[in-house]
Amino acid sequence: MAMTERDELVRSLSGLALFADLGDPDLEAIADPEWERSFAAGERVLRRGLSGGGLFVILDGEAAVEIPDEREPRRLRRGDFFGEVSTLLVCKPTADVVARTELHCLEIPGPQLEGFLLQYPHVTFRMLQTVTRRLRDLLE
Amino acid sequence: MAPGGDERPFPPGDYPVVVVGSGPGGLQASYCLSRLGVEHAVVSADEAPGGMFRLYPIFERLLSWSKPDAPAEKGTRAYEWFDHNSLLAEEPGCSALVPQLMDRSFMVPSRDEMERGMAAFAARAGVSVRYGCRWEGTARADDGRLVLTTSDGEYRCRAAVFALGVTTPWKSPIPGIEEVPHYVETRSPPDYRGRRVFVVGKRNSGFEIADGLLPWARQVILGSPRPVQTSVIALATVRVRYLQPYEDHALGGGTFALDLAVERIERTGEGWRVVGQGTTRSGAVDLAVDDVIAATGFSTPLGDLPALGVRTVAQGRIPALTPFWESAPGSGIYFAGNATQGAPGLRKHGVGAASAAVHGFRYNARVMAGHLAATHLGMQTRRERVPSDRLVPFLLEEATSAPELWTQKSYLARAVSADGETGIVPLAAWLDDPGGLSTAVAVEMDAGGTVYPAVYVASGGDFREHLLPPQHLNDFRGPEYERELRAAL
Repeated sequence: MAMTERDELVRSLSGLALFADLGDPDLEAIADPEWERSFAAGERVLRRGLSGGGLFVILDGEAAVEIPDEREPRRLRRGDFFGEVSTLLVCKPTADVVARTELHCLEIPGPQLEGFLLQYPHVTFRMLQTVTRRLRDLLE
Repeated sequence: MAPGGDERPFPPGDYPVVVVGSGPGGLQASYCLSRLGVEHAVVSADEAPGGMFRLYPIFERLLSWSKPDAPAEKGTRAYEWFDHNSLLAEEPGCSALVPQLMDRSFMVPSRDEMERGMAAFAARAGVSVRYGCRWEGTARADDGRLVLTTSDGEYRCRAAVFALGVTTPWKSPIPGIEEVPHYVETRSPPDYRGRRVFVVGKRNSGFEIADGLLPWARQVILGSPRPVQTSVIALATVRVRYLQPYEDHALGGGTFALDLAVERIERTGEGWRVVGQGTTRSGAVDLAVDDVIAATGFSTPLGDLPALGVRTVAQGRIPALTPFWESAPGSGIYFAGNATQGAPGLRKHGVGAASAAVHGFRYNARVMAGHLAATHLGMQTRRERVPSDRLVPFLLEEATSAPELWTQKSYLARAVSADGETGIVPLAAWLDDPGGLSTAVAVEMDAGGTVYPAVYVASGGDFREHLLPPQHLNDFRGPEYERELRAAL
């Protein structure tokens, strides 16, 4: 029996800043196997121009945001999230996100994101902090 | 006859491809390979075809429909949408077999009808299997070929198709659950008469147990961390099993479906103690019950395949697969059947594919066979052609009635090249590499359950997505759609 696998998923989530305020019952509720996604190195995770994607949180591995005409792709690592703009605004992504290594993510489907963020306001607050930090970095 | 009087087919040796398993996934994969002229062996540890349907579901009734009478004629491609349980065949007399064996008590077949349907398919479609031959181990030879060790000897092949099912009882890691009987160990319903039963899990098998025990048990309580998605159940054929216990829960009939993170399960003399914390509603839960059943699902019996690089998802239960259901590009380790859910596709709007069910994975098998033959054996599979003046109506006809597209929404697509060559492709793979097929059409569904056609046009290493509007009767043919599709192309 894969006794440690579930522990690892819950433990993995509990170690992320985004979920730091949640207790084990909440983490178990979030650790939905249907939300777990695994990508091989080189695989596209988010596709520019494709509607209907979700919010991805990296559990393990590394990805890169590839925007046309931008020379240096932005690196994403464990704990980073992406897809929030297209999911929250219900629009098509303007960049590709490609797995740089084997990549393990949690994908919260777009239609379920609103309910998720309302159910876990601490996660929403920490997400808002991150998005605000990204905005500040862009403006500086 | 082989030496020793063994009349079984496929003795150990060298084959281009070996298929492991004789459930619906293995039978469909073998049939599709044969149609393409791919020489292969099929081995199975079982003694007869049918796979998991030889034993389950415990309460004998499947969830997916087969309509003996339907708006489309049996044996036609359009009829496949009304028959989710038969395997696919092109020869007359080999397709739509399950509804012909149903007694019409229900619109869904019984386990026995399903098992007989699989056996009838193997017999009529001529799918030969070496039964009683257990796959025991796998290695990679120096020449790159796979070596499958079995109870009968070694098989060498360039590619293997593992149709193992998702069949090994799996339990979530809750302290104390080791002693709890799994779904497969559920006793006869009268044994639960007058007893208070806790079922760990609120998915198909949990509700199946709850439904089966409702006429017998004093009380049934189901518990798992995530809430039941009532909006999904209402639209899914699983409501056959979900509805009665969930109605009982909703109306206060004594059954409870709790959103509960179970922390531990303890034996207490003749009974059990279940301790946990509420998830959607906080608070401690401490229950004394007579029986506990772990309806926590199954895993794929992968054996030693992880040592050959097969990654897993879903807490180690399912192999992680490429869009063509291979463990890694070029590995030659393919999967058929229920485990093809390990290739999740795009999951647009959170809508998953039907790859865990016969009506989904039977189409996966056909596409996989073509891909395997082309990439590992260098065989060019013949594609149909559509005259250029018929292209637009053809694509709209496909969006309206192609069973592959309707079953595998935003997962399988009809793709065509500029000169009319056409085939069914995994959409996720096509978006990254159209392979000369310049346009793809898929059927998609948004979060509200509205179905619409999606058109993708390849363009300079990229693609453009065009979503066509929905139609009340899901009929996407006619001048308005033709105009819109022409504009998109």
